[in-house]
Amino acid sequence: MIEIRFHGRGGQGAVVASGILAEAAFREGKDVQSFPFFGVERRGAPVVAFTRIDSKYIRLRQKIYTPDYVLVLDPTLVEKIDVAKGLKKGGSILINTDKNPDAFSFGGEYTVATVNASNIATRLGLGSKSSPIVNTTLLGAFSKFTGIVGIKSVLAAIEGRVPVKRKENMLAARLAYEKVRF
Amino acid sequence: MGGGFIRRGWVKLVITGNHAVSYGAKLARAEVIAAYPITPQTEVVEKLSTMVANKELKAKFIKVESEHSAMAACIGASAVGARSFTATSSQGLALMHEMLHWAANARLPVVMANINRAMGPPWNIWSDQTDSLAQRDTGWLQFYCENNQEILDTIIQSYKVCEKVLLPGMVVLDAFILSHTSEPVEIPPQKLIDEYLPAYNPKYKLDVKDPHTFGGLTSPDLYYELRYKIQNSMEDALSEIKRADSSFKRKFGRGYGLVEEYRARDADTLLIVSGSMSSTAKVAVDMMREKGERAGLLRIRVFRPFPKDEIRRVVRRGVKRIGVIDRNISFGSEGIFFQEVKSALCNEKRKVPIYGFVAGLGGRDVTVEDIINIKKSIKSNNRLKDIIWVGVKK
Repeated sequence: MIEIRFHGRGGQGAVVASGILAEAAFREGKDVQSFPFFGVERRGAPVVAFTRIDSKYIRLRQKIYTPDYVLVLDPTLVEKIDVAKGLKKGGSILINTDKNPDAFSFGGEYTVATVNASNIATRLGLGSKSSPIVNTTLLGAFSKFTGIVGIKSVLAAIEGRVPVKRKENMLAARLAYEKVRF
Repeated sequence: MGGGFIRRGWVKLVITGNHAVSYGAKLARAEVIAAYPITPQTEVVEKLSTMVANKELKAKFIKVESEHSAMAACIGASAVGARSFTATSSQGLALMHEMLHWAANARLPVVMANINRAMGPPWNIWSDQTDSLAQRDTGWLQFYCENNQEILDTIIQSYKVCEKVLLPGMVVLDAFILSHTSEPVEIPPQKLIDEYLPAYNPKYKLDVKDPHTFGGLTSPDLYYELRYKIQNSMEDALSEIKRADSSFKRKFGRGYGLVEEYRARDADTLLIVSGSMSSTAKVAVDMMREKGERAGLLRIRVFRPFPKDEIRRVVRRGVKRIGVIDRNISFGSEGIFFQEVKSALCNEKRKVPIYGFVAGLGGRDVTVEDIINIKKSIKSNNRLKDIIWVGVKK
């Protein structure tokens, strides 16, 4: 079973991202679960969401404490909170940032990937310049970085789940797929 | 939310427990939906109101000013023979209390979903069964679901059962753990649901062309017998639930029973659980089995009517000790499933020690490790206590 944790801020679409990823994996025949951190959400406040993916039926319903992958939607969170908390040894972190992966060190046991999702999303008119919506962009990068879900499934899930600007969201995912660094 | 695609000719969507409720009510062709749309309400009715607005569902959606009125509206609708539905949680359910009695005593098969949320204060919107279990004695059937597919299926099944025994039914799901968690749910074709669940057409109903009075003053001479009949119908519901479940299984390939056994056949330690906690507990049972421990699980799906015979049958097979895990508490007594299990087993010839655990109140996570520790403490603890608290910070 693969467990994934999303860190974002309220309004960036972390919860929606966890659902799109689940649906993308489901389209590839996997069993899936996605859920927000069971809390009260406010715009701008740190938000956590989760996805579980398995080739077998998923029974486990406890929270995710030791994820295999972490996605960080907001670069400022890296300094504010321990985004690598509980991450399994050999796990991977994908960060939305303009920096290169080697600018980050989480103790050396993890693989880091980066993509400037804010830039891609802003250029395509997803969210505003001050608060871009980077969730779909980051999922494109995640597909290339991890290979857990194919980009085709990610695009199909975006098309199925995103209510507005579907084309822009799909294009953003595709661009991030090309541009992710690791 | 949730796009979908078609597999094996059936639509399967990745949806939340809330939306599984909405799809269930839609497939059951609920005709009147009444709800109060503010916290602790969930997306159940938001989705349903969208379905009604889009004309996907031909129903009257009544936005009322309180949960008490929501149930009153459902009662009125049901009394004229309409299939009626509502959903609520915690404080909202408590406010319905008077009307819950009314629906059952008037023999109206209203179906509702209750998202198990803790009672305030302090304000807490997380999972806790105390809200629905406090409605234990109102005469409603109660179903506790383990996953989102079961939620959808149970909404449909409960209409079939309730309309047969003429009592209302409550489909219960854990807040967040099911209500806000998305997972694959198969949406059966409407045509097959219509075959399974024909339109509701009660023998007695409010009708201006054929006037009758219902619920008028009734003397002690007759009231007692009316209660006797409700109890009989509740007892009939045990077999009706089984019947509705097996015909559902024949048609849709899924059945759930009154209780569900998991690796319980040769178990010496039996864990009795309900709701979504059962899933995590099954993972724990698998892990204990791998170590050679004879642990088993019994999930109580139907709480009212209480499936006493099913529980006795499993325990009689040679269970040596029982641990009941409750995500609820009856203050001044103990966990409520624990009380019920003890009462079902108290006249058995062979006495089996029963341990009562209270866990996960107000949404505290119950993990695989917690379940394994519960099993360990049953084995090592020979002193029976009324309540064993799981992970309480003292």
